[in-house]
Amino acid sequence: MADVRVLVGTRKGAFVLTSDGKRQSWQVSGPHFAGWEVYHLKGSPVNPDRIYASQSTGWFGQKIQRSDDGGKTWQAMEGEFTYQGVPGTHQWYDGTPHPWEFKRVWHLEPSLTDPDVVYAGAEDAGLFRSDDGGQTWQELAGLRGHGSGPHWQPGAGGLCLHTIVLHPSDPRRIFVAISAAGSFRTDDGGQTWRPINRGLKSEYLPDGEAEVGHCVHRIALHPKRPDVLFMQKHWDVMRSDDAGENWYEVSGNLPSDFGFVVDVHAHEPDTVYVIPIKSDSEHYPPEGKLRVYRSRTGGNEWEALTQGLPQQDCYVNVLRDAMAVDALDECGVYFGTTGGQVYASADGGDSWRAIVRDLPPVLSVEVQTLS
Amino acid sequence: MIRVILPYHLQALAGVGKEVKLEVAGQPTLRSVLDALEAAYPVLRGTIRDSSTKERRDLLRFFVCGEDWSHQSAEVPLPQAVAMGQEPLIVLGAIAGG
Repeated sequence: MADVRVLVGTRKGAFVLTSDGKRQSWQVSGPHFAGWEVYHLKGSPVNPDRIYASQSTGWFGQKIQRSDDGGKTWQAMEGEFTYQGVPGTHQWYDGTPHPWEFKRVWHLEPSLTDPDVVYAGAEDAGLFRSDDGGQTWQELAGLRGHGSGPHWQPGAGGLCLHTIVLHPSDPRRIFVAISAAGSFRTDDGGQTWRPINRGLKSEYLPDGEAEVGHCVHRIALHPKRPDVLFMQKHWDVMRSDDAGENWYEVSGNLPSDFGFVVDVHAHEPDTVYVIPIKSDSEHYPPEGKLRVYRSRTGGNEWEALTQGLPQQDCYVNVLRDAMAVDALDECGVYFGTTGGQVYASADGGDSWRAIVRDLPPVLSVEVQTLS
Repeated sequence: MIRVILPYHLQALAGVGKEVKLEVAGQPTLRSVLDALEAAYPVLRGTIRDSSTKERRDLLRFFVCGEDWSHQSAEVPLPQAVAMGQEPLIVLGAIAGG
């Protein structure tokens, strides 16, 4: 039976959790990069022992770390992130022009075919690519340069490119999402981009159906049905059946259509998970009950999954990169909270338990299924 | 020989102890010492000062012979005691946040 490795990024370091396929007993290693914010770490699908991590602090800036032994040892990369050409301006919170300034890497997405190729999503929003295992980085500047960049505006967490979804069979197609600009797609490997936000409605925009400006929190797809996308937006859970050309709402009976995470079952393309969060600005579970909601119908009809999760006095948040699924026959689902718990379900969400409970606030969770 | 004391997190990043020793040609300045430091430990590029502008990162400070040199021009010669290796250049993180 395959082993499972869970990669957890937190406000004060990274942790690596390992278990056998039963997923009952977990070993915790870390903190790695103690004291640094680790927004994300993720392993290469081609070589699972190759793991990339983003570490940053306000004091010392951004570094990329790489492990080639499954997270036991790490090597700090020397490369830095520089926007191509004159970066120009985006909108500031008050609507005035503000120069593009690199702050940190929110998300790392290793290539599906080459362990030395990895993409990085940055704040201020930009997409970078490394072809040498994270040593050097080049911006895919066509994203910021396609025309709408000067109209992008930061969300509460900054102007961040936080989601990178690689098409499972077409290496030319990549989806990204930016808060608060929206979702974008390239069909030529990152040279040219266009917004794909038709159908999104955002009441915080003067034109609620504008081409850009939407605060998309997360996008997910199932590899066997890559034209179907699910999105958790600032408000609204959305679905597209045509690779993002058009979106429609599938929030259905959720107690709140606000949230950050969305993910898809490893073997069932119509089984989707979200965690409703109360907003404006409260950003904790409705009624103090931590509930994962599962739809087996591709949206609209949702069931609350509560077994093993706190159902009173729970006021944590689950951030956008903090949910993942494993690929075992009985799909495992994992998420981390700002209270430092990582919850896991080994039965597709029917029951849950904390596999570690007292970490720093969790920023990201990824899972590797190891053969 | 110039002595530089690094903050804990940069020691870990560079894989060195608290103090590193550098050879700097001519009269040392903040700029020439930091140039030498980054040449010896390239992983530190961007962690103390911006790589392109060479401006000090906001939350870092430079102490020299009991004085705060954070706002000095990077071209000002460092005191003789630092040039002789009797006193270190101290790089440290400002107290900020949690």
